Amino acid sequence: MLGQERIKEIADSILAESTADQTEVVIQTTDSALTRFANSSIHQNVAETDASVSIRVVLADPAGAGARIGVASTNSLDRVALFHTLGAALSIARLQPPNPDFRSLPGPRPIVQVAAFSEATAGCTPEKRARGAGAICLLARAAGLVAAGALTTAALELAVANSLGVFAYHRTTQADINTVIMGDTSSGYAAAFALDVNDLDFEAIGREALEKCVKSRDPRPLEPGEYTVILEPYAVQDFLQMMTWTGFSAVALQEGRSFMAGKIGQPIVDPRVSIWDDGLSPDGVPLPFDFEGVPKQRVDLIENGVARGVVYDSYSAGKEEGKTSTGHALPAPNTFGPLPLNLFFGSGDATLEEMIRSTERGIYVTRFHYTRPVDPTRVVITGMTRDGTFLIEKGEIAYPVRNLRFTQSYLEALNHLDSIGRDTRLLTGMGGVACDRMPALKVHQFRFTGATEF
Amino acid sequence: MRTLTDRALNLAQVQGASYADIRIVRRLTQHIAVKNGVVEGLSDDGSQGFGVRVVVDGAWGFASSSLLSAQEVDRVTAQAVQIAHASALFKTREVHLGPPVAHSGTYRTPVQIDPWSVSLDDKIALLLQADQGLRATSGVRVASSTLAFWREDKTFANSEGTYLEQTIIESGGGIEAVAVDVERGQVQKRSYPNSFGRDQRTEGWEAILAMDLPGNAPRVGEEAVALLTADTCPSGVTTLILGPTQLALQIHESCGHPIELDRVFGAEASYAGTSFLTPEKVRTFRYGSDIVNLTADATIPGGLGTFGWDDEGVPAQRVPIVRNGIFCGYLTSRETAQQLRDIVGTESPETSGGAMRADGWNRIPIIRMTNVSLEPGEWGFDDLIADTDDGIYMELNRSWSIDDKRLNFQFGTEIAYEIKNGKMGRMLKNATYTGMTPVFWGSCDAICDAGHWRVWGTPNCGKGQPGQTAHTGHGAAPARFRNVQVGVLK
Repeated sequence: MLGQERIKEIADSILAESTADQTEVVIQTTDSALTRFANSSIHQNVAETDASVSIRVVLADPAGAGARIGVASTNSLDRVALFHTLGAALSIARLQPPNPDFRSLPGPRPIVQVAAFSEATAGCTPEKRARGAGAICLLARAAGLVAAGALTTAALELAVANSLGVFAYHRTTQADINTVIMGDTSSGYAAAFALDVNDLDFEAIGREALEKCVKSRDPRPLEPGEYTVILEPYAVQDFLQMMTWTGFSAVALQEGRSFMAGKIGQPIVDPRVSIWDDGLSPDGVPLPFDFEGVPKQRVDLIENGVARGVVYDSYSAGKEEGKTSTGHALPAPNTFGPLPLNLFFGSGDATLEEMIRSTERGIYVTRFHYTRPVDPTRVVITGMTRDGTFLIEKGEIAYPVRNLRFTQSYLEALNHLDSIGRDTRLLTGMGGVACDRMPALKVHQFRFTGATEF
Repeated sequence: MRTLTDRALNLAQVQGASYADIRIVRRLTQHIAVKNGVVEGLSDDGSQGFGVRVVVDGAWGFASSSLLSAQEVDRVTAQAVQIAHASALFKTREVHLGPPVAHSGTYRTPVQIDPWSVSLDDKIALLLQADQGLRATSGVRVASSTLAFWREDKTFANSEGTYLEQTIIESGGGIEAVAVDVERGQVQKRSYPNSFGRDQRTEGWEAILAMDLPGNAPRVGEEAVALLTADTCPSGVTTLILGPTQLALQIHESCGHPIELDRVFGAEASYAGTSFLTPEKVRTFRYGSDIVNLTADATIPGGLGTFGWDDEGVPAQRVPIVRNGIFCGYLTSRETAQQLRDIVGTESPETSGGAMRADGWNRIPIIRMTNVSLEPGEWGFDDLIADTDDGIYMELNRSWSIDDKRLNFQFGTEIAYEIKNGKMGRMLKNATYTGMTPVFWGSCDAICDAGHWRVWGTPNCGKGQPGQTAHTGHGAAPARFRNVQVGVLK
């Protein structure tokens, strides 16, 4: 951790030295450690200390044909390396043709300070992590099973400064645990995330995975086909992430690739579905500004089933009349465009027990594995079930089944909605940068297209 | 560097390490991206640092830092030892590395033209020319052209006497055209020479020139637009011929990952998964038909998985994986080679197969693919098509998914063609196929010859926690598979 003062000093020194028309400095520091376990013992145990500086310079084209932009980065903080990196960014900018679509780096806007830092997480020792992982290993060993998983603790800083007066600084911590507990014929999964490592209940996580593993022993084969499914939040998170990849970015919408293209303002899924991004919500992991230093706005992506909008950075906003950045820029350069990193799927009123009890015949899914878009415009995704899949008959879990492959449009699934869970779960989000919160779902006519041997 | 490496290794041993190694890594990357005639991304990135790995009390510890100073080496080495002590609190077996590894030397990727010697002007001009070609066909909505260059200078030393210096240079490039029909809700894409942005090789600028991106751009744009109105791939069980890049990915997913011995032993169980290729299957399990021969070879010139030594200091080597259809070997590390011998006996090699690779200074080495390849067969491509009465040819990956033991897979390709009576026919879109790994490879009845074989690069292989991205290579020539389920998309 460098601290706000030292970071501002570094940023100011670069901004003072730059001869560009506009200059932006993004500084990130990482102090992270990860304790990984497999076969109920710690097999990988690592730590990392890093600090990186990325410099973006903008040179106005004398003919007014746009701007020339260069980016260079380094993780060496000595003065010579920093100024060498600034020089590299300037050289890159001078050599390239002007970008007619670039308007400007963003100017300063008020940023809300949000607390997202835990001293306990930042100061977590290897011994404490080992005991957390060990608690799960001991549970598994006692049951004659084996545990695998990872416990991460990290302290991170993000700062953005630019020559238009932006200076934004945020520090945060992450404590993340996930585990798979395995037997000869079955496995179970559980995961949790917190800002404060003391909020993670390792034994509870271990028990959740263990119980799933024990219940899914000796799975039976099941014919693929269309089934009603109950999806735990672990599986529902994949809906959010795949919809993000295929449609929630302004660039995808502008290029016509988004499933929202041509449908803004129209109903696209069941009216009970609302999905939004909110970087300031205390129910998530607050991240008050983006990688351009623009404050995060809440963006309603789908509201009561209606496609409402997508997220913008300053570049994609500059391409549309009257748009401004919503505070969702990723680190430059970035041809993919802005992304929502703090997603929420609105909860309903059903408990998991009620969902099961109301199911005549269906499949209970703990989570998905290795999902990929097959047809992005319809959000058709294929993937496998994993770590606890069960057949439901007459309102009860009947028996565990072997894992199945699905090939299913997530949009169609959200139109085949039976109920939405009352309780939500906070899980690490895309790229480990932020977090998503979502409930369980019950959906009918979910299409399984294959099966595997376990 | 030697002062710093000696300092870390001495300190680690003084503090109780029975084994220690240190890697000092400096990585430079350059990415250039042109989209619809505009340079949207151009960056030079540098990252440097070191990582110290130790065994203390029979358990592993690793710590790393970007600050290269004697004081920081002392702090990080002590931190690695402290972490190893914590690992030892919950261990079920002692780390055993087998015979000592003591090598010294230098290795540098042979390049004809250093990519950093080529001007940015020339690089941008090449991409803009390709971009124009892609957009020559009306209907191309998004044209993307990319170049990527990579240089990694790495010093490795261990407490057994190894001291190695390596420089790995890679060059990658690619083009992509996206055609959109908003009214009918369709998006189609064509890429060249490989999907997901680029092909990449351990070569210099000559690799980019050989791709001839501008020369291929008009065809790529035309095909993307043509796909919008092409027929959809039919559903059924048929003969499938895979083009070389799709076959390279098939090898990567259904052979490369399940032969990683750390996966087999459960090290990745909570994340990427395990493997169906369990140790009792060595030398007995029929993985494919008699003509299927697979190797892992880190010495192939230009292969993206080619190097001098792996990140445990073990020399690059060629390892047989499948011989005449029978599974015979794994990708191994020093530690897993010993574990395997404990299970299958002394017929198994005592030394590592040299597959431990780390994604930079801040990551531990884990078992990664080198160049895992399907050896060429004897068929000419035209003869193979002529010999096929009814089937589908699929090429260039669009989507990929496989279960966590690497058995059930489903792939989609950018383009496909019907084969009827020995001739390539109509273009097909949204092509998919699915199967089970040993059944699929067991149905392989023809592989094209060495004239159609080359190594393709996969620069985006994810594995490990914290995440690591590996650069792997896969040699492949077109091959034919019988009785495959195609057309899964409804």
